[in-house]
Amino acid sequence: CDKNKILSPNYKVTSQQVYSTFTGYTQVMAKIYGAFALTGNQGPSGLPDIQGIDEGTSDFFRLNFYAQELPTDEAVLAWGDPGVPDFHNMNWSSSNLILLGLYDRCLYQITLCNDFIRNSTPAMVASHGITGTNATTVAEYVAEARFLRAYQYANLMDLFARPPFATEANAVGSIIPNQITRAALFTYVESELKAIDPLMAAPMKNQYGRADQGAVWALLARIYLNAGVYTGTTRYADAITYSSKVIAAGYSLIDNYDNLFLADNDKNTTENIFSIEYDGNTIQGYGGTTFMTHAPVGGTMPASLYGVTGGWDGLRVTSNLVNLFPADTVTSLQGNLKHFPNLGNPDTRAEFWSNKQSLAITDVTNFAQGYAVNKWRNVTSAGVQGTNVNYSDVDEPLFRLPEQYFIYAEAVLRGGTGGDAGTALGYINKIRERAYGPGKGDIGQTDLNLQFILDERARELYWEGFRRTDLIRYGQFTTGTYLWPLKGGVAGGTSVEDFRNIYPIPDQDRAVNKNLTQNPGY
Amino acid sequence: QTSIITGKVVDETNQPLPGAAVTLKGTQKSTGTDANGNFRLLAVPNGTVTLEVTFIGYQTIDKVLTVSGNVTVDFDLVPSARSLNEVVVIGYGTEKKKDLTGSIATVTAKDFNQGAITTPEQLIQGKVAGVSITSNSGAPGAGSTITIRGGASINGGNDPLIVLDGMPLSPDAINGAANPLDLINPNDIASFTILKDASAAAIYGNRASNGVIIITTKKGQSGKPVINFSTQFSVATLPKEAPVLSASQFRNYVKANGDSAQIALMGTANTDWQKQIYQTALGTDNNLSVSGTAGILPYRVSVGYSDQNGILKTTSMERYTTNVNLSPSFFTNHLKVNFNFIGSQTNNRFANNQNGIISDAATFDPTQPVKSSNALYAPYGGYWLWTDASSQNGIKQNTPGNPVALLEQTNDRSTAYRGIASLNLDYKFHFFPDLHANVNLGYDESKSNGSTTIPADAASNYLTAADASGKLQSGAYTPYNAELQNKLFEGYFSYSKDIKSIKSHFDAVAGYSIQDFKNTASNGLFPFVSNGSTLYSTTKFANGEVNQTATNSYNNYEYLINEFIMTSFYGRLNYNYDEKYYLTASVRSDESTKFAPGTRTGTFPSVALAWKINNEDFMKGNNLFSTLKLRLEYGVTGNQEGIQDYDYLAQYGLSTSTAQYNFGGTNYQLYRPGAYYPGRTWETTDASNIGLDYGFLNDRITGSVDYYYNKTKNMLATIGQPALTNFSNQIVGNVGNMENRGLEFSINANIIDTKTIGWTANFNVSFNSNKITNLTSVAQLAGISGGTGNYVNVDEVGYARNSFSVYQQVYGANGKPLDGVFVDRNGDGSITSADRYNDHSPDPKQIFGFSSDFRYEKWNIGFVTRANLGNYVYNNVASSTGTSRNILNPIGNLNNGSTDVLTSGLTGAGANDLLSDYYIQNGSFFRMDNAHIAYNFGKVFKGTGDLKISANVQNVFIITDYKGVDPEISYTGTSGVAGVDNNFYPRPRTYVLGLNLSLR
Repeated sequence: CDKNKILSPNYKVTSQQVYSTFTGYTQVMAKIYGAFALTGNQGPSGLPDIQGIDEGTSDFFRLNFYAQELPTDEAVLAWGDPGVPDFHNMNWSSSNLILLGLYDRCLYQITLCNDFIRNSTPAMVASHGITGTNATTVAEYVAEARFLRAYQYANLMDLFARPPFATEANAVGSIIPNQITRAALFTYVESELKAIDPLMAAPMKNQYGRADQGAVWALLARIYLNAGVYTGTTRYADAITYSSKVIAAGYSLIDNYDNLFLADNDKNTTENIFSIEYDGNTIQGYGGTTFMTHAPVGGTMPASLYGVTGGWDGLRVTSNLVNLFPADTVTSLQGNLKHFPNLGNPDTRAEFWSNKQSLAITDVTNFAQGYAVNKWRNVTSAGVQGTNVNYSDVDEPLFRLPEQYFIYAEAVLRGGTGGDAGTALGYINKIRERAYGPGKGDIGQTDLNLQFILDERARELYWEGFRRTDLIRYGQFTTGTYLWPLKGGVAGGTSVEDFRNIYPIPDQDRAVNKNLTQNPGY
Repeated sequence: QTSIITGKVVDETNQPLPGAAVTLKGTQKSTGTDANGNFRLLAVPNGTVTLEVTFIGYQTIDKVLTVSGNVTVDFDLVPSARSLNEVVVIGYGTEKKKDLTGSIATVTAKDFNQGAITTPEQLIQGKVAGVSITSNSGAPGAGSTITIRGGASINGGNDPLIVLDGMPLSPDAINGAANPLDLINPNDIASFTILKDASAAAIYGNRASNGVIIITTKKGQSGKPVINFSTQFSVATLPKEAPVLSASQFRNYVKANGDSAQIALMGTANTDWQKQIYQTALGTDNNLSVSGTAGILPYRVSVGYSDQNGILKTTSMERYTTNVNLSPSFFTNHLKVNFNFIGSQTNNRFANNQNGIISDAATFDPTQPVKSSNALYAPYGGYWLWTDASSQNGIKQNTPGNPVALLEQTNDRSTAYRGIASLNLDYKFHFFPDLHANVNLGYDESKSNGSTTIPADAASNYLTAADASGKLQSGAYTPYNAELQNKLFEGYFSYSKDIKSIKSHFDAVAGYSIQDFKNTASNGLFPFVSNGSTLYSTTKFANGEVNQTATNSYNNYEYLINEFIMTSFYGRLNYNYDEKYYLTASVRSDESTKFAPGTRTGTFPSVALAWKINNEDFMKGNNLFSTLKLRLEYGVTGNQEGIQDYDYLAQYGLSTSTAQYNFGGTNYQLYRPGAYYPGRTWETTDASNIGLDYGFLNDRITGSVDYYYNKTKNMLATIGQPALTNFSNQIVGNVGNMENRGLEFSINANIIDTKTIGWTANFNVSFNSNKITNLTSVAQLAGISGGTGNYVNVDEVGYARNSFSVYQQVYGANGKPLDGVFVDRNGDGSITSADRYNDHSPDPKQIFGFSSDFRYEKWNIGFVTRANLGNYVYNNVASSTGTSRNILNPIGNLNNGSTDVLTSGLTGAGANDLLSDYYIQNGSFFRMDNAHIAYNFGKVFKGTGDLKISANVQNVFIITDYKGVDPEISYTGTSGVAGVDNNFYPRPRTYVLGLNLSLR
């Protein structure tokens, strides 16, 4: 027997084979994007990317939802899955499995990007005989991979502050990564985004599903708005600059808020700047919008209205979120109609199901307590069931235009230069008029204050993964200045220690990477 | 001057022994006994001669005679159970039991367990100290988990290597067979040899860490043909239902605790769902064998037919087997040839997802009927179920399925074939008879095919999958097939020399082997359809439409093929001086293609010393000890299970068609880089053993005491990878250390042994203590019912593997658990996962086996019992169903639950309730596996036949404090969950009537 004999499997391929064709590059790029939507190599489950956590939970949007929404007034979840109750009680530890999953998911996606970028230098692409438009496309892929990497580093900066750091310069397995400070990571993300800006496709000019300049600017605007939290130095003028670039790029709000999170929202390319794609038959998993269309459904909610076989009896909202909206004005409607999707409320964004649901919550595990949410539904805007009753067709926008309006307005109110209050008011009223109907819902200049923007963000963007970051920026996440039912595990709500504004570095990674020190307080 | 010697050879019950060899020592003169045990030796030279009678399984007897004219001499042979002269099959050769230096146990056919035994390992359950055999379930043909000395690994598997007639078997089970060993008829097995310690097992190198079990099949006997026929009829029953509420208890509970809507949900029926899914199952087992010598050709041919129904309705196993053994010798015994063929066909019917059905029977509302004529249930075959008009298929989600429907509306059948052929040539050199050359060729092939058919009206698949046009379809037809090949070539020289002048004896073996394991599997109709570069596994909907799912596969291959090759060199030296001092040393060098080139070779040495104290001069005249041998052993073995065949290659896997991504309207399957760990290698276990073999009263009482310390290094364990350094956050790496230490004691006694009365007893006990001594992080092992992503087992340094990690329940003054109240163990004021602690482990601390046989004239009565102490069980049935939240389910249906809810009163509403140490229950048990009585008619048919009838009860009783059905939970090893009782197929109580007839 030959000592070096390689018995090669007939069902897997090597890196050389994969990168030998342009299609191979595209399929690796599809993994880099697909890792946002999917939990592994087999839909809906079976070959997970992330080990040590329930695969269905290990999807990016679902994990990020847990970390950004569950510790806030916007969401409660009935399930006792490992790590979940810690968010409501605001007593998570460095061994929390959800945080581990999120940390690993973000860094896994970065690892995929690093490897692709390293394998896609112009010289390497040329050496495989890939030339012409194909080579140009691979170069665009590289810029997009750098964007997706920057996006995940920005998330890590927001959630964990000081993650380990590596780029394509560090081959897989070659080094044990060092920890990067929050400020240095900010500088890195900013410089990467600026560096790739000219390399990306123009706004709305790329293939659907791929990022473009609009996404780059939107992310820059987002991190500049929060720069004070991340670095101690505010960058409101930059936030205004980049949100203005997005706003000027040609995006516009769609007419009907109800249609934002439906099965055919891949057509909403004017408002959604960059989305994670899902498809009932070809992009299957238990996270993302499949989670968002199932988890809030239960009780008396007719599953077929949500385009699913049955709900998961999980997610609801606290009374604080409901109370941000005006009171129902129509009370004569009976039965289900009153509740679906937002009938009865002048603000069409109040998509709450209240039939047989109590507004108050004393027991998180009881689905009947707290209003459920109708915002995500696996049906088209024409009311047609999605392509699969078990898996959602709804795409999940990571950036949509209203956030940029909010960034502009808030940066102006916080003293950023380069913008003006009148324009800010105009942007906010665009959002208001979409919610209330043409000519309705407008506010005046004096109504526009910082607290109003925070509340309006909740009304417009609830459950889209912003709430924790927003409350931290406003100093309301851990403190006693703002309480909601069961905050900190206490019926009336309580403050918790300020170190909880940053999540802990998971124990599991610190056990194997001695370069990592824990965040203060944990 | 010559004479004729005649005589008769009888056994311990005074029955003639045909086929015994009678040899005139120092000459070539020999003969065999005939069917009546008589022999006749012609032309014996007058004078003093020594006549020797040998018979396998019996002590050899020498008689010194002075011959001067024809004489008659009779021999009474006694079984060699008491004899250490018996020959034991060890790796690559045999050795006399008295000369063994390692910790080796043998069990031969006469000591096998009785009764309706469908799978070979159950023949020796409870018989050997340090060997735990736990049947995986009560399903027909279900295999067992065999663990020797606690097992050496966490992720690498703990199954011992099984060597069948010289052929190391593949560890893989084949799709469609319940377990790999059940393709072998237990009736064809002659003996088991268990190599427990490393010095004995190291000759099998890198597959021997978990011990080695050598199975030898029956061979042809010399003399006239002997026909053996046995038949058994068995009746299996369910010993105990899972303790759930009866219909009236359930009604009372719901009325007392439910709201009006919940009370209204109840039906009017009284259904014991467990009665509905279980049955009294009949079985039969028939075997016919012919054994004898035709000319120079000793042969044994057997056929078997077994048909076992399961106590879970619809489950069954039907098996046809044949075994042919030919063992001729040529060139005046210089060339011995042994050819063996084992063939079998097994037809299985499985209950698809049997544990799910058993769970559903425990939780389905007992006030509802099995079937209903209400039109609401007509689409689902009339079976009652929880409906929901608003759901797409009318079925309420997250409710249990009707268990009877799940059984009756599934047809899951498979047929598995297996053929094992082996040829062994043993050549004794003509001019150098101390030297033998051996060549072994082996070929083992299994094939299976099967399918699962679910009709269109089955609720389980009712409008659940979309077809190509997006329309929901029902039913399914899913075929599959698989093939497993294992090819062996090996050659070795053996050398044996007595040098009387220096009172020394040498044995040496040196050899080479190459073995190729290949596993081919497919799912789907054809079995794969390829379409460009994409592979689809295909099933059919009930309407015949083909439903394609792309597989994790590449290019135009029809099958997924996994293969590895092992090449090995090995050598062993045995030396003894004056039968007092023994030395055995062995070494094996293995090369496995499971590892990267350059790291493929491992060397596994061993050494053992023995001192046979009873042969010392100072023991002369001692009448107490007939055997007293001290052994000291050390060896290194390896383990490569748990490592996939191509793990060291950096590879990309293509995603399935349900895991694609879309760019601008075009779907792409994804290329995912695989986790990379090129340095992965085998685990090694350093094993030390000190042992004492003893025998009293001319070996009427024998036994051993052994103390061992096994340390596993480079243990395969799941470890975290620093983020950003690999394509997976966890990999299986060589990182851990674990130790097992233990004490084993066994005693076998022939308490009474006369012609009319015999009484034997066997007792063994083993203590094992397992501890993980090095692991970089705590591994959490997923997989319990109730909630998502919960785990109860952990692997953590300082604890036994698979220890239970739970919250400490607080109890009220009345002794009942306080709902949702746990001890804040770290005192931080809140109950978080940091308050979990490790409470007990599933592994037993002590294992006992006790069996006894009593014979009075023609009657024979006996039993086999076992006990495990200190094994703990997580009662997942109670934890997931014995709560008010489960019964009065908030999602709007009613579920039955464990009767535990009546005593505990727990709600199950809290997030941590599932993981309360209240559910960690002591699973210690004492169990009688078998009780039997037999009557031996003796001679029938004018002395040409022997007839014996017997009656057996299996799984007679179990004594335990455990609150669930059965505390003996099979260790599921690599899948992570251990000691979790979650509705497994219950072991039946079986009554067996048997008849055994042999004709000469």
